[in-house]
Amino acid sequence: MAELKRKADRRPGPPPVLAPGHTFGSVTSKISAIVLTDPYDWRWAIGMGIGSSLLLLFTVAVVHLLLHGVGVWGVNIPVMWGFAIINFVWWIGIGHAGTLISAILLLLKQEWRTSINRFAEAMTLFAVACAGVFPLLHMGRPWKFYWLLPYPNTMALLPQWRSPLVWDVFAVSTYATVSVLFWYVGLIPDLATLRDRAVSRPAQLIYGSLSLGWRGSARHWARYKSAYILLAGLATPLVVSVHTVVSFDFAAGVIPGWHTTIFPPYFVAGAIFSGFAMVVTLAVPLRAAYGLHDFITDRHLDNMAKILLATGSIVGYGYAMEFFIAWYSGNPYEGFLFLDARPFGWYHLAYRTMIFCNVLIPQLFWFPACRRNIMLLWVCSLIVNVGMWLERYVIVITSLSQDFLPSSWAMYYPTFWDWATFLGTIGLFLFLAFLFIRFLPVIAIAEMRELVHEKDHHAARHRGLPAAEPGGETQ
Amino acid sequence: MKPSYKDQETPLTLTELTRAARAASTSEAASARQWRSLSELADDGSFLEEVSQAVSGVRGAIHGLDDASRRKFMTLMGASFALAGVAGCSVQPIEKIIPYVEQPEDIVPGKPMFFATAAVAGGDGVGLLVESHMGRPTKIEGNPTHPASLGATDVFSQAEMLALYDPDRSQVVVHEGRVDTWERFLAFAVDLRDRKLANKGKGLRILTQTVTSPTLADQLNRLLEAMPEAKWHSYEPVTRDAARRGAELAFGEPLEPVLHLDKADVIVSLDADFLSWGPGRLHHARAFADRRSQGADAPGEAAMNRLYVVEPTPTITGAMADHRLPVAARDVSHAARALAKALKVEGAPDADANRLAGHETWFSAAAADLLAHKGKSLVVVGEGQPAEVHALGHAINAALGNIGETVTLAPPTTAGPADQLGSLVELTRAIEAGEVDALLILGANPAYDAPVDLNLAEALLNDRGPTLVHLGTHDNETAALANWHVPEAHFLEAWGDVRAFDGTVAIQQPLIAPLYNGRTAGEIVATLLGEVGLPPRETVRRYWRERLPAETFEAAWTQALRDGVIKEQPAKSDADADGDEKAKAEAKPKQYGEPKLDKVKWADAPTEELEIVFRPDPTLWDGRYANNGWLQELPKPITTLTWGNAALVSPALAERLGLQNNQVVELEYREAVVEAPVWITPGQADDSVTVHLGHGRTRVGRVGNGVGFNAYALRRSDALWFGDGLKVSATSKRIPLAVTQHHHNMEGRELVRSATIGQYRETPDFAQAEEQSSHHGMSLHPDPPVPQNEHHAWAMAIDLNRCIGCNACTIACQAENNIPVVGKDQVLLSREMHWIRVDRYYEGESEANPGTVFQPVPCMHCEKAPCELVCPVEATLHSDEGLNEMVYNRCVGTRYCGNNCPYKVRRFNWFHYADETTPSLKPLNNPDVTVRSRGVMEKCTYCVQRINEARINAKMAGRTVGGDEVVTACQGVCPTRAIVFGNMLVESAVTKARQSPRHYALLAGLGTRPRTTYLARLNNPNPDATPAEASAENSVEPRHG
Amino acid sequence: MSGHDHVENHEVYGLMAEFDGAAHLIEATQSAYDHGYRMMEAYTPFPVEGLDLALGYYRNKVPRTVFAGALLGGLGGFFMQAWSAMVYYPHNIAGKPLYSWPAFIPITFEMTVLGGAFAAVFGMLYFNGLPRLYHPVFNVPEFVQASDDRFFLCIQSRDPLFDPKETLSFLESRGPRVISVVPY
Repeated sequence: MAELKRKADRRPGPPPVLAPGHTFGSVTSKISAIVLTDPYDWRWAIGMGIGSSLLLLFTVAVVHLLLHGVGVWGVNIPVMWGFAIINFVWWIGIGHAGTLISAILLLLKQEWRTSINRFAEAMTLFAVACAGVFPLLHMGRPWKFYWLLPYPNTMALLPQWRSPLVWDVFAVSTYATVSVLFWYVGLIPDLATLRDRAVSRPAQLIYGSLSLGWRGSARHWARYKSAYILLAGLATPLVVSVHTVVSFDFAAGVIPGWHTTIFPPYFVAGAIFSGFAMVVTLAVPLRAAYGLHDFITDRHLDNMAKILLATGSIVGYGYAMEFFIAWYSGNPYEGFLFLDARPFGWYHLAYRTMIFCNVLIPQLFWFPACRRNIMLLWVCSLIVNVGMWLERYVIVITSLSQDFLPSSWAMYYPTFWDWATFLGTIGLFLFLAFLFIRFLPVIAIAEMRELVHEKDHHAARHRGLPAAEPGGETQ
Repeated sequence: MKPSYKDQETPLTLTELTRAARAASTSEAASARQWRSLSELADDGSFLEEVSQAVSGVRGAIHGLDDASRRKFMTLMGASFALAGVAGCSVQPIEKIIPYVEQPEDIVPGKPMFFATAAVAGGDGVGLLVESHMGRPTKIEGNPTHPASLGATDVFSQAEMLALYDPDRSQVVVHEGRVDTWERFLAFAVDLRDRKLANKGKGLRILTQTVTSPTLADQLNRLLEAMPEAKWHSYEPVTRDAARRGAELAFGEPLEPVLHLDKADVIVSLDADFLSWGPGRLHHARAFADRRSQGADAPGEAAMNRLYVVEPTPTITGAMADHRLPVAARDVSHAARALAKALKVEGAPDADANRLAGHETWFSAAAADLLAHKGKSLVVVGEGQPAEVHALGHAINAALGNIGETVTLAPPTTAGPADQLGSLVELTRAIEAGEVDALLILGANPAYDAPVDLNLAEALLNDRGPTLVHLGTHDNETAALANWHVPEAHFLEAWGDVRAFDGTVAIQQPLIAPLYNGRTAGEIVATLLGEVGLPPRETVRRYWRERLPAETFEAAWTQALRDGVIKEQPAKSDADADGDEKAKAEAKPKQYGEPKLDKVKWADAPTEELEIVFRPDPTLWDGRYANNGWLQELPKPITTLTWGNAALVSPALAERLGLQNNQVVELEYREAVVEAPVWITPGQADDSVTVHLGHGRTRVGRVGNGVGFNAYALRRSDALWFGDGLKVSATSKRIPLAVTQHHHNMEGRELVRSATIGQYRETPDFAQAEEQSSHHGMSLHPDPPVPQNEHHAWAMAIDLNRCIGCNACTIACQAENNIPVVGKDQVLLSREMHWIRVDRYYEGESEANPGTVFQPVPCMHCEKAPCELVCPVEATLHSDEGLNEMVYNRCVGTRYCGNNCPYKVRRFNWFHYADETTPSLKPLNNPDVTVRSRGVMEKCTYCVQRINEARINAKMAGRTVGGDEVVTACQGVCPTRAIVFGNMLVESAVTKARQSPRHYALLAGLGTRPRTTYLARLNNPNPDATPAEASAENSVEPRHG
Repeated sequence: MSGHDHVENHEVYGLMAEFDGAAHLIEATQSAYDHGYRMMEAYTPFPVEGLDLALGYYRNKVPRTVFAGALLGGLGGFFMQAWSAMVYYPHNIAGKPLYSWPAFIPITFEMTVLGGAFAAVFGMLYFNGLPRLYHPVFNVPEFVQASDDRFFLCIQSRDPLFDPKETLSFLESRGPRVISVVPY
């Protein structure tokens, strides 16, 4: 018995979610230092440089587009949606991981979320911002975008509520709003910390007013907690609904390859899949650059690898089901698309690459060695990002280019301006991300303190001693 | 007309532009003075002064410029004058013209006035009704009372509307490369007349196109009487010489066969594309379609005709055939001989058996069929075949007793030399010999379209060449060589008359005063006749006054103008040539004796080489329409090619030479070499390479310049239509060809449904299989009530058994609905804007000779329209009369509707396609139809403007709209009446069509419940023909495209 | 509620004791409550479980506010759609009935979430009396530590039991690190 227990003790458990030896003070100072005391270092400068130059390209592309019309893109008849919608869905999907981590994992009391939720949420916001520009830009008359909103107007006309595009408008704008609120609420205590630690007057004023005069009173904390939990409770179904509605854009259409009931679950899974891939893509360099290994530990990466594996397999199941139904339904149009056009047709290269990236690559993560190999994990996350972009490409382009009447079939070729706009939004994303890293705490400080607090309690209980106050040791 | 940047000329240099601006400003200043024409302005001399200023201001610029830029400069200056002229352009002519009031039953043309006139297409007249808004012609319809139209028109007549407003039309008199005035030309002409009267017209030559105008012919004949030494030549690149010479061989005199397809049960076409080429094609198409669908709606009494076609290159006639055989053009004569032999025509030579190896059953079956229908069969020989084949054709028809039954013979309706090529050769030789000192070219463009071996252009240029006067609508290749160029009036601006294929004469009355002071050939000739100042209208009236009974003349004249057809008196024996020719035409078809074949020489050079085949372009004809954006962008039947021509090769030949689509090859024929992109065409004869004439214009305007390659560069006087010895060598270059349809088989989908007459009798409802199997109504929502409006429910039915795929509907829709032209680069991106397209699918196992079916696809106006469901802003919604309406100014351009349309009939304005800047194009627009701006979706509206017109008229008359009262543009133009439209709540054509057993809906399985539906196609194959042939109609399609 | 207490005429806001740890603070607060003090407030760098109970605080109106907001948003969303589709501008779209409720569900849901989220955030801020950039406790120099690793208990002068000496001695008896006076 004791024998067993000793063995159990000696068996190495999973790596911790927080490196040992940390106290409230050390957590606070280490994280806030990134914002307050560390100067702009060269890594940040380079990143910001890339981001803002791509942003410049974006501006040029948009001006050109608005001057001449959507014809500057490769879209044609029958493929009337091209990169714009692909990128929209891709970005929105990436956003989902943030909300998922901050909301769902919070409800599930997954303590390992604590150190990554802040920048995951930030990622959500920026991704949604990038996604948001596409539905506007892809319109024939973007300056009339507000006709999709319900506002009293002289035409006595409100939007056409049966159109999935209108659902989209509501879903995406709600999603953006709720994410902002959630993110800001989480930031308030940390802004207070920055206020109290800032040395320069302007910083004190700015952080001070942003923190709304938060002073950490116990009653405030109580309401804060319940509001935060409730927000999480609201955001959880929301995040599922958003990509469901996005999938309706396709599922509500009659086009073979779109008109599929499996789309909602399979889109949501795909969104989480690509989202976590993006979190890994960002987390690995971030923790390397700012030495956050103590907070973003291998445990986090290991968990995210597992999620990639799970969601990737769900996506794979989605592909399999499309095939099966196409064959089983005996519908000639779906049959042609899924069993002929996609795997062997004009776009077979995109399709096969997609399968490789989204279904085969994640299978590596069955092996702990692959999950713990940071470099491999990071490369895989990039591959998954590409794969999920290709998935949207396959769905939008192949389905449209070969629909019901062979007489109207035509291929789609993206133009320079398609690529410019796409890369441009990546620039926008980086730009916002680096601003965030520079001016706001990338990790939720207050929650880290809480984590420290709980860890010590557990430790204390294990040692069967009364809880020591870690605060005391910090001088 | 918005030419894409690829089609535009390179701009002028800055200096030229500034100088031109000065020129423009002077003329605009003038325009303020309310003058109506350059000559009016010229009266007080101030105009000449201004011009001389402008010209002197730029002489420096012109001096030392190369020809190209000088020409550009001239166009530019001309354009600036046009700007001034447009101010007065929509003034109706002062002369009284008579509106068309006697309307066919049940058709309300609407508020605008309709006037009857006639177009001249390759010599033969097509009667038209032209819609005129406030003196501004906007749309052309066919004239139901005119035999060559019967209410329909071809693509060319539709495009004449754009031709009228073409901004690149020649706009000023040009003398020696400088702007000049009509008055100064008159001075020259009068002087010329004096000189020529002095020497009996020696050295004066006149070159016209085919002339069928009695008045013009009469003028020319009078001129020749006055100047016996002068000579009248006429040349038409797409000439009917062969037919006339063939008749001459057979009957001893040049005659034209007049077909009566309505009487023919079995038709054999020997390379004859009688549905789209040759006089009376509209008439023939109607007759053919009527016989095609005789009793087709009652399986029991279906009595279709049967069509055999032997042709080197696929045509729409071949597509309608029950049995089609691709045969090299040179072997068609052997096909004729094979038939003649089988029918025991005496004097017929033996066919070279191995030329037709493998098709013996085909010919024996065809011959048997002909024999079984003596007197009710017909053999037609194409214009592209040499005289002896025509002669043989006559002999066969005679042997079958068809002459006088299904075909009658009449003297040619054309005046002037019967052998046009011969007369052109004679003219060229005379010029080379220096015997010509004055040459009047009236309308023709020989510098571009004369056979290359004549070197006519060089002959005109050499110093012994004549003083050249050119009358033309464009400052074109010939005008570049001319000493005098006079802008020609479009027929919608001119008085005249024209004879149709069967001799019927229509008076042309002007719809609008000449936009650019154009002149007619008649006016030029009149000056030489010393009738200067005689109004053109008087010239025409004067001619007819002599030929119509004086007492009733005014009434007859008035009626002729109103109806568009003139009632001629039977032969008055006044002895002028034109008179008794007309008399013959009018007389009962008299017998010309038995055709003899003894005079015929049978050219016979067995060869294994490739042959080149020349064809007039289906949309540009001989090139005269090259600057017409509508026609450039109109998909050519079969190939769906736009903006350019290609060398059509068979799949087998392409495989043999390793050619791909768009690959450029060098076509070497005799000395000449031309580079052409290849288009692989199923159904093309293996040894034939077909090239279409009319492309590669160098000097016609911003639209047509440099589009395609010039096939005339290969065309020789001794091989006008085809010739052996073509060499094809592949290059590594590629020229992308803008086709509108990239995929050519139906993938086994029941889109165009067809059956043989036998299958139809067994299972009359074969077309409705899908509907029966499909499960509708499985929805959360109940189906919408139909109709939602107790009076009107609009619907359209398209009879695929009648549709010949001529594309007239497409261009008529373009003309009616202000549909923009987008240019080649946009078509390459498949962004063409046509609201109704004609899909073409290939059927059957063989790529070498597939079955070809057509399917016009407009908007289906579904009861449960997928497009409406997904529009976020109610820009497209459903009217209670069943129209799927498009609200342009509500559209934000998400294009979701276009994606979700299963029929892909929605069109999007990717850029600002509508041309709102070119002044001369503004009056072209139909005022009843919105001009769409950038970023909005558009599509077929069932011509809602016409529906509303009819509704308003009905309301004012206090009645409901008749079932067939509304006529859509596509329906009105259709030569075969394949499209019917109307109210399906009352007894109407569309109601009847929807009750036919052949009635089916496209993609009915989707449950969209379209209002536009189809009637299945029938075929009438000969059971005795080869089994492969018989089963070719319904079978799994091969993969190509 | 602390956000709303109207300040009475005292020369000081209260006395503030600084503690090392959460557990220690909770003990002190508990005994202060038992001692009868009510007008007091504890300040911590992170939410400490049980502290609000120790302060005798149990009324949290946030959840019901969120419920109300969500309900309002949802109903509003649905009726906006039904009304505009059926009454305001009825039109025939793809032959669907005017009242095609299944199509209205997604937006109704989104509006529900939106209403709830707004209610949660702004309700929380409202009840907390935020934003309030100035507060007397900020006058205590050590208080900056409250957002770092220190735990404070402040007994306010408006408490009826408040007496500078007694309260001071009471606080000292709880063994804080420092006790400071909180001026206005």
